[in-house]
Amino acid sequence: MTTLGYYPGCSLHGTGRELDQSIRALAEVAGVDLVEIEDWNCCGATAAHSLNHDLAVALPYRTLALAEAQGLTEVVAPCAACFSRLKGTAVRLARDPALVEKMQRITERPYQGTVRVLNANEYVDRLLDEGLADRLTHRLAGLKVAPYYGCLLSRGEDIVPDDHEQPTAMERALTAAGCEVVPWNFATECCGGGFSMSKTEAVVDLSDAILSDAEDAEADAVVTSCPMCHSNLDMRQRTMNAAGLGPHEIPILYLSEVLGLAAGIEPERLGLDRHFVDAMRVTERLAEAPAAEA
Amino acid sequence: MAQPAAETHEKTLADRILERTGVDVRECYQCGKCTAGCPMVQFMDLTPSQVMRLAQIGDAEAVETLLTSTTLWSCVGCLTCTQRCPKELDPAAVMDALREIAYEEGLVPADQRKVLRFHQAFLETVKHAGRMSEVPLTALYKTLSGDFFSDVTLAPAMLLRGKLPLIPKVISGRKEVGRIFEKCLHEQEGEEDQA
Repeated sequence: MTTLGYYPGCSLHGTGRELDQSIRALAEVAGVDLVEIEDWNCCGATAAHSLNHDLAVALPYRTLALAEAQGLTEVVAPCAACFSRLKGTAVRLARDPALVEKMQRITERPYQGTVRVLNANEYVDRLLDEGLADRLTHRLAGLKVAPYYGCLLSRGEDIVPDDHEQPTAMERALTAAGCEVVPWNFATECCGGGFSMSKTEAVVDLSDAILSDAEDAEADAVVTSCPMCHSNLDMRQRTMNAAGLGPHEIPILYLSEVLGLAAGIEPERLGLDRHFVDAMRVTERLAEAPAAEA
Repeated sequence: MAQPAAETHEKTLADRILERTGVDVRECYQCGKCTAGCPMVQFMDLTPSQVMRLAQIGDAEAVETLLTSTTLWSCVGCLTCTQRCPKELDPAAVMDALREIAYEEGLVPADQRKVLRFHQAFLETVKHAGRMSEVPLTALYKTLSGDFFSDVTLAPAMLLRGKLPLIPKVISGRKEVGRIFEKCLHEQEGEEDQA
């Protein structure tokens, strides 16, 4: 049985709960063992790299060191911000021995650099290879989706292994789930990220533009893998509508939820009933997959 | 035209940025691509390319304009500028360094303090518990910022969806995380003393 380390990150216990649920449920179907890093800490997110550059590395460093000590060589970090901080730290440490020494001094923990960090899109792709592809019993027949990568799952040299302007990491999985991927313009535009509480007006403005473009492309739903993007696009639709924008009423799905539905997992187990904009309606498109060709 | 501070024995702003980020702003040739792609530029008083230019000039007036700019607190860290910079200069890291310096020197503009308060509330929460939880973070942010009334209607809806855990997560290594915070703050003070 394949073992993958798991770093849920703080959001997945609260705002991003359905991402956690669907990531875990998919592992079960694919027969992959997800092992949570024991006693992991917060990655520091935007706050740490805004105010203290050492802290922005030291916090992910402790988590990477814990994973290594636990014998985990691959760690899935489904939250895009956590992924960016963890992998960004791993990349910088690999390049800079002086930084490793400094972090060892600050955290009093050794780290040899053996941990590989995977994002949610890479994880889903990996599960397809691990056998999930053969266990997709259903199809979301003809559901038109706009794959939304946002910032942290498209950008960062050495961090995101994809085309940074026109990423395609989600397409294989979406096609396997029976979805129709629509071409659109805002796949890598920013939603306002961590400014949800402190600059809500910016988040509302940027997220409204993203949803409007998805609607113009006649998408039935937007698919993301980032809990910050998800909460801005899903939870803030009512704020946008109240401000006279839109009106929007478009479900925002996690890629792992889409694949979970195609794998025949009950929508509630995936957390599909926890969304602000009704997402349960996409299950109307579920149909049994045609028997595999011989 | 004002002389760059490089003429004196003091470190220039460009040197301080280089030390913190490895980015030499003097290499910027002002193509403006960072500004063209910036999603937050409408919320900024200086564009990203103006930030790069003022960091190059680095005289007293330029430094003051930069360190009191709303731009530092409006950068969302989306990395579009960094991805597209033809000189591979990482303007987003320059924003981080300038924000850090402005914070250390107490130069945060009054109308941008909500952003600072949010970052501070976030880090305080993590320092004490090892993790972020929505309830203590929001409570602390609202206390620090005085912004009590925004989003109050969201809380019941989040609770209903199981998205607002009331019991915050605390890790067993929280004291270790607290020590990491102390040491990082200490490092930052030490580096500034040498500057």
